[in-house]
Parts: sequence; C-alpha cells; structure tokens
Amino acid sequence: MSATPLLELRGIDKSFGPVQVLRDVAFAAYPGEVTALVGDNGAGKSTLVKCISGIYPTDAGQFVFDGRPVNIHSPRDAAALGIEVVYQDLALCDNLDIVQNMFLGREKRSGIVLDEPTMEQMAAETLAGLSVRTVKSLRQHVSSLSGGQRQTVAIAKAVLWNSRLVILDEPTAALGVAQTAQVLELVRRLADNGLAVVLISHNMNDVFAVSDRIAALYLGQMVAQVKTTDITHAQVVELITAGRSGGLGLTGESATNGNGAAPADSTTGGVS
Amino acid sequence: MSTTAVKQDGPAAVTPTPSVGSHVRDYWRRVRGGDIGALPAVLGLLVLCTVFAIMRPSFLSAGNFANLFTQGAAVTLIAMGLVFVLLLGEIDLSAGFASGVCAAVLANVVTVLGYPWYVAVIAAVLTGVVIGTILGLLVAKIGIPSFVVTLAGFLAFQGVVLLLMEEGRNISVRDSVLVAIANRNLPPVIGWALAAVAVAGYAAVQLLRHRNRSARGLITDPIAVVLARIGGLAVILGLAVYVLNLERSRNVLISSLKGVPIVVPIIAVLLIVWTFVLQRTSYGRHIYAVGGNKEAARRAGINVDRIRISVFVICSTMAAIGGIVAASRANSVDPNTGGSNVLLYAVGAAVIGGTSLFGGKGRVLDAVLGGAVVAVIDNGMGLMGYSSGVKYVVTGVVLLLAASVDALSRRRAAASGSR
Repeated sequence: MSATPLLELRGIDKSFGPVQVLRDVAFAAYPGEVTALVGDNGAGKSTLVKCISGIYPTDAGQFVFDGRPVNIHSPRDAAALGIEVVYQDLALCDNLDIVQNMFLGREKRSGIVLDEPTMEQMAAETLAGLSVRTVKSLRQHVSSLSGGQRQTVAIAKAVLWNSRLVILDEPTAALGVAQTAQVLELVRRLADNGLAVVLISHNMNDVFAVSDRIAALYLGQMVAQVKTTDITHAQVVELITAGRSGGLGLTGESATNGNGAAPADSTTGGVS
Repeated sequence: MSTTAVKQDGPAAVTPTPSVGSHVRDYWRRVRGGDIGALPAVLGLLVLCTVFAIMRPSFLSAGNFANLFTQGAAVTLIAMGLVFVLLLGEIDLSAGFASGVCAAVLANVVTVLGYPWYVAVIAAVLTGVVIGTILGLLVAKIGIPSFVVTLAGFLAFQGVVLLLMEEGRNISVRDSVLVAIANRNLPPVIGWALAAVAVAGYAAVQLLRHRNRSARGLITDPIAVVLARIGGLAVILGLAVYVLNLERSRNVLISSLKGVPIVVPIIAVLLIVWTFVLQRTSYGRHIYAVGGNKEAARRAGINVDRIRISVFVICSTMAAIGGIVAASRANSVDPNTGGSNVLLYAVGAAVIGGTSLFGGKGRVLDAVLGGAVVAVIDNGMGLMGYSSGVKYVVTGVVLLLAASVDALSRRRAAASGSR
C-alpha cells in the first residue's frame, strides 16, 4: 500500500426500491495509481460511480476523501472535491470546438464577455501537460475529431480543473487498436502526474496493461481489491463471473486488503 | 502544442500565423467538409440580383433598393428571433401571429386608448415577452413538442388578433413616430456618420482581438484577412449608404426622398446586440451547447430548461418588434397582420441564411442574409409582373432548396467528420 487512499468508501449500500444494487461496498482509490473497477454487466459499477460523483445518494456508508469524512450530495459537491467523471458517451457537443467543450458550463469571463484567449491558453497548456500531440487545432469542431481524439478531449476536460480523482467509464470501448493504446497511455500519464484514476473496463488486456490495483464487483458486492501484480488474468475473470477465485472473493475474508466481502448467502439479490 | 511554447508581444509578423493562402485553403476545406455557413445565401443573393437587374433594370434603382429594406424588415426581424429557437432544434410556428397580436396591442394602445407611442411600444414588446414565456414554459416544463405548442399558438393568436380587432375591422396607426419607423429616412449626414461608426467599431474590435491574441502567442487569422474583412464591410456599407442617399423622389419639387430608411439602423443594432449575445457571452455559448447535445449541456451544469424558455421569449419579443415595424409600414393593423406568408418567409429567411433546422448551427446574420434573399425574390418577381401565386411557389422552392442544402451539408459533415 503506497500511501493513504485519496478516496475511501466504507460500507456503501444503495437500493433502487426493492432491488439492492450495492451491498456494503468498500472501495479505495490511491493518488498516483490507476485502480481498475471490473465486474460483469449489472454488477453495480456504474451505480458505484454515480454514487461517487454525487448523481445518486447513497443509503448508507461513509466517504473519506483525503483523510476527512465528506458528504457528496450532488455533482457540484463532487466537483468541488476535485472528482471528475468521463462518461462512456463522453458528453461533448459536436457543434462546439475543443476549447469551448473543455470549458462548457465553466467558461472564463472578463465582465460579461467570454475570455477566449485565456481559455484557449489554458486548454493548450492542459493538453501539452498530457503530451497530447494528435490534435491539430484547438479551434476545430469536435465533430471533426476521431474517437480517440474525442476521448482525449473528454479526459483533458476532466483534468483541466485541477481535479484529483478522475473516473473513466470504459474509455476504450469504441476505439481501434492504435487509439486504444493512445488513450491507455494517457490514462497512465494521468496517474503519473499524481492523480488518482479509476478505470472502469471490460477489457482485461487494458486492465492489466495500465492498472496498479484491481477492484472486482460481483452482484453489488466488492469481492476483492488487490494489486494487479498479485493476481492473474484468469483469477480476475473468475472473480467477475463467479465472485470467487481460490482464496479471493466471497468465501473467506480476503486477506489481501481487508475489504468487507459479505457472506456468500447474500448473493441472491435481484440484480439483473 | 506549439501555442504554449511561443510567447511574444511583438507584431503579428513573428507569430505563427497562417498565411493568407493557407487561410483560404482552410476555408475551402471547411466548405468542402460541409461547413458552408452562409455561402449559399450570399451566392443566391448575387445570382438573384444579377438576374433581376438584367431582366428589369429598375430593380437596381435607388428607390427599389430602399424598398427592399422596408419590405423585408418585418420578416427579417422575426427571422432573427427564430434563429434562437432553431438553434435548439425547436420551431416556433406562432411567431407570425405573435407579431400580429403584438401589433394589434400596439394599435389598440396608441389609437384606441390614445396613449403615447412609447407606452404602446412597451406594451407590444411586453406582450411578446409574455407570449414567449408561456410557449417556453409549455415546451420546457410540461414537455409538449414545440411544434404542437406553437401550432396551437398559431391558431389561437390568429383568433386573438381577430378579437383585438373587434371582428375584423382594421385600426390605423397615425402616430408620427411609429409611422416614421418604416416610412421615413435618416438625414444623409447621419447615415454616413452611422456607417463610419459601424466600420470604426468593427475595425477596433477586430484589430484589438488580433493584437490581443498574437500578444499571447495564440494562432490568429492573418492580418491581411482581418484588414480585408474590415475593408469589405466599409465598401459594402459605403455603397449602400451612397445609393440610399441618392434622391429617389419622382418629383424633387414636391418632396425630397433620400437617406437610409430608419428601420435599417434598428435592424443593424439588433443584429449587433444578438450577435454579441450569441458569440461572446456564456449564455450564447450555452444555447449552442444545448442545441448540439442537450445531455452534455445538462451534465456541464447548464440549466437546460431555462435556456429553452429564454429562446422562446427572445423569439416572441423579436416577433413583437417585427409586428411594430409591420404596423408602421402599413400605417395600420388588420386581422391579417403577421398572417399569410409572414411566418413561412421568416422561417425561410433563417434557413436560407444557413441556420440548421437540426439545431446547434446558425447566426443572427443568417436571418438578415436570408431575409434579403426572400425580399429580393418577392420584390424582383413583383417587378417582373408575376402573380403572387408564382412568388409563393418560387419562395417555397427556394426554402426547400435551402433545407436540402442544410441536410446534405450535414450528411457531408458527418461523413468527413468520421474520417
């Protein structure tokens, strides 16, 4: 364990009506590390992310950010802490250019007039800080960008605000081989710049290529959170599909991290 | 990123500015990529003017040139408001009769009730604000498609105009100030002064921006292009003011008729104000964002509902101003004010100018250019003695053409975007 976690969740419960989606989930993200969040469809990955980003309120549980207990009730609270989420569908406006997208909703102004030069400079500096060289002009419309470039813009938008925790929801899902490599490189660079990165992915190659830790969700429970070097490809797949793998997972308290894995008989929740 | 490395405060010559050639190539590439903007409207305007000038030399007379402005003013003003609604991908079919209602309020207040002209104008504009608020609330808060809401408005406002007119009688507007808006001209000196102020202001804004950006080491348009733009505006405004300042009275001994019609600076000021709002304020940026990707705008913390309501308010308010100008031009308000072809001409003007019906793309200037095209067709075909039937058909075809250019350029942009 390198340091204290930047964000630590303890005992998070979340239900939608009768359906319990998250069950006593513990999760930690460390500065300077990429934590991969894996799990099958419906395991509760997206719900967990939405709880962290303040879109869903949690039913029970504790958030500790930077050693202090915090409450996150809205996306604004999350943003104020420095938590940014890059959603799978990117949420970019095709008809706006790169700078306009990066500052959308948080435009720099002088008086009532938009301060375009400052925004353009800040955007250029952010992209330079991420060693992004693939974008020709900051003033081209997002509609003219490739999938990888869009992902780059979305990520740059997230780190523009001195954010400390960046959550990426399947950033490589729709990309080709070369672009995937580019984006993964960017993800690695975010962590190397000292940010805590949470990477949601279905792709085990990506996960092993870039992550420092792997957290596996199975039917709403955190079945393991371990260092990537301590686990094999096959074990992760087992954790995702069966919720257990050898000494890891639902049977036996996992010794690796002391994560609160709930008893196995509680896995009958109706998560679909 | 080369832009961060270079920081200098010298003249533009040393900054990494693209050359004039590369600027032109860049523009051509954008056009080929489907980002054609107002190009079809400008080309259409040139072609139409050339054709009409050849067929009917009187088309080019100073008198007819002045006529074009007063004929097209009301439609252009309504179209300027419609651009805002179209930017969100919505439509306001009630804008025509909304202008009629506002004109009827104006006529009632000034003629029937006998209040001064400014009270009437305020009442008319407020009526527009109220109409827009109601339409916007119905669309944004209740979630009825704008097409249905404004179609209902189209019918209802038609009735409201009739009710305000006491079953179809028209009300004359004789107030000298109101009549002057569309029927009087500025003294020639003032026309020149306003043109000079406009060019100087434009030059100041452009040059300041150029200096500011190159001082910070950002990529700028070549200074030659900036100067060409300023020069172009100066030439166009100069020519227009010169022609409008020519004597166009049939008999100078009876009355002199020259100068820029008063409605022209009104349109110009509104054009500048709304362009500023759209291009240089975060409110304008948010309108484009909501029009481009509503979900992205919502996640960026933009209050989407408020934006949607506000554009309907702007649209109906501009319709009110259009209605005032229409009432002024006709010297009266009748049950058909804002009716018949006004709305479709206004939508046509916005779309012909290059505003997309799919939302997210358009400028207020588009409405003015498109309004000019519509006015030229209407005026030129009238001069050639065609019936209104032919005029309607031709305008309809032009609108269809503009909409297909919009749809095709969008497809083209999608194709070139996914390269």
